[in-house]
Amino acid sequence: MIWNESKECMSRDEMMHLQSTRLVKQVKNVYHSVEHYRKKMQAVGLEPGDIRGIEDIDKLPFTTKDDLRDTYPCGLFAVPRSEVVRIHASSGTTGKATVVGYTRRDIENWEECVARILTMANIGSSDTVQVSYGYGLFTGGLGAHYGAEFLGATVVPLSTGNTKKQLTMMRDLGVTAICCTPSYLMYLAEAIEEQGILNDLVLKSAICGAEPWTENMRREIERRLHIDAHDIYGLSEVMGPGVAGDCKFHTGLHINEDHFFAEIVSPETLQGIPDGETGELVFTTLTKEALPLIRYRTKDLTSITHEKCECGRTTARLSRFKGRSDDMLIIRGVNVFPSQVEAALLDMSEVSPNYLMIVDRVDNLDTLEVQVEVDERFFSDEIKELENLTKKITHVLQQALLIVPKVKLVEPRTLQRSEGKAVRVIDKRKLV
Amino acid sequence: MRMNQISVFIENKEGNLLTVSKILKDNNIDIRTLSLADTSEYGMLRMIVSDEELAKKVLKEAGFPVSITPVIAVRTNNKVGYMHDLLEKIPAEIANIEYMYTLPSDEGSVLILKVANPDKVEEALGN
Repeated sequence: MIWNESKECMSRDEMMHLQSTRLVKQVKNVYHSVEHYRKKMQAVGLEPGDIRGIEDIDKLPFTTKDDLRDTYPCGLFAVPRSEVVRIHASSGTTGKATVVGYTRRDIENWEECVARILTMANIGSSDTVQVSYGYGLFTGGLGAHYGAEFLGATVVPLSTGNTKKQLTMMRDLGVTAICCTPSYLMYLAEAIEEQGILNDLVLKSAICGAEPWTENMRREIERRLHIDAHDIYGLSEVMGPGVAGDCKFHTGLHINEDHFFAEIVSPETLQGIPDGETGELVFTTLTKEALPLIRYRTKDLTSITHEKCECGRTTARLSRFKGRSDDMLIIRGVNVFPSQVEAALLDMSEVSPNYLMIVDRVDNLDTLEVQVEVDERFFSDEIKELENLTKKITHVLQQALLIVPKVKLVEPRTLQRSEGKAVRVIDKRKLV
Repeated sequence: MRMNQISVFIENKEGNLLTVSKILKDNNIDIRTLSLADTSEYGMLRMIVSDEELAKKVLKEAGFPVSITPVIAVRTNNKVGYMHDLLEKIPAEIANIEYMYTLPSDEGSVLILKVANPDKVEEALGN
């Protein structure tokens, strides 16, 4: 099944024509509606008229997370607040969150994008979809929820946590599809095996995203749960989940190209690179009204192909993600930047800003340990004082990162200094 | 009487305690008594040594967080009930003992107490 054949299967020429029309309109829109974009275009001597089609896109300046930070919270919004119907947010590189907004039309487009990808995973109106992404500012929960509802499926909004309840609902309600992070699904698979309830379930598909995973992990999930597992990609800045997803042939993630124009550039030279070669993924939102992004650098590394897929769709496909061109970590589906830890520690007088983050995956759940040096000036020989300090650091980091780290106090001068290339992160997770 | 105790923060790492004992030995510092409090991640080694200033200097140089903490030392007479009688002398409002351990000596044990108000506690004990 294909949700919107007229868009997902249009010829490459028709797609380029549609993208060109939409880009020209979007560039005019941001030039006139968003001061930050206008200034950036003026700085390189560009006027909206210089962009006559999609072939001119590389004349436009890039947009980065720094642009969103510098215009925090809503400086890149292109519509008045009265037209914004929803806000989401994700982590910024330092203290400030990255705030994104949606008009009613944006939400409708988002719903359709998610519905297209659920359709790729063979989910339809007669399915019962359990959404086990976090609900709230994170785009995962509500994004998947509205998409599944739009499709006409029955949605069970469980959000994250409470594994026992998740499994009870899955069994008792006859859930046929689940949306969650791949690591959580691995965790659920183990719990299902332990309880021996696999034969009581009617689960047939999973749509997993929000963190990187491998083809092996996908096959492992399929083998253990006797289901088809699909990949869904998105980032809140661009929209949320639903930017791209894979069909039953699993030969790359189909981009919803009528809404999002993808480029792959070299992270060093920022020049476009050919299909099949790995580089940084850059998106231009062709239809976004509230928060249009022009050539947004995702920092995700992947490659692209424009060949027609066996499934009949003609939309460009992204290969599996190969990592990041920056130091962002994805821990339990949450974006974490080491600079957030540093900024939080710098605000505390009791510890030195030297730290080491150790990320691991224990029983399929991500763990984060933050080692912090005890500052000699605040060293107490009373254990309760040190325990209070540990609690305080944990709390401060939890506020900054939105996940609870395990804080470990270490002797001063045992962690590497910030001069040169200090190792700040040890990621022990093996994606197999 | 008042004594100076040296406290050392020791991460739970293989050989760490050995490093501390070697530093003390190499500097000819005598450990008169010690208590090692442990948590799952680190230990707190509290010692009464022959030269706490030297101990602090050499351990600090080796990278250990060290502090010198004043503690109260009270001689006991090795009789049943002595500790109870002693503790009873401390009025409830100042009786906040963080930790205690003993120092053996030829004339009986010495109780080492870490309290929040050492002056008031000493006064109460008539020490």
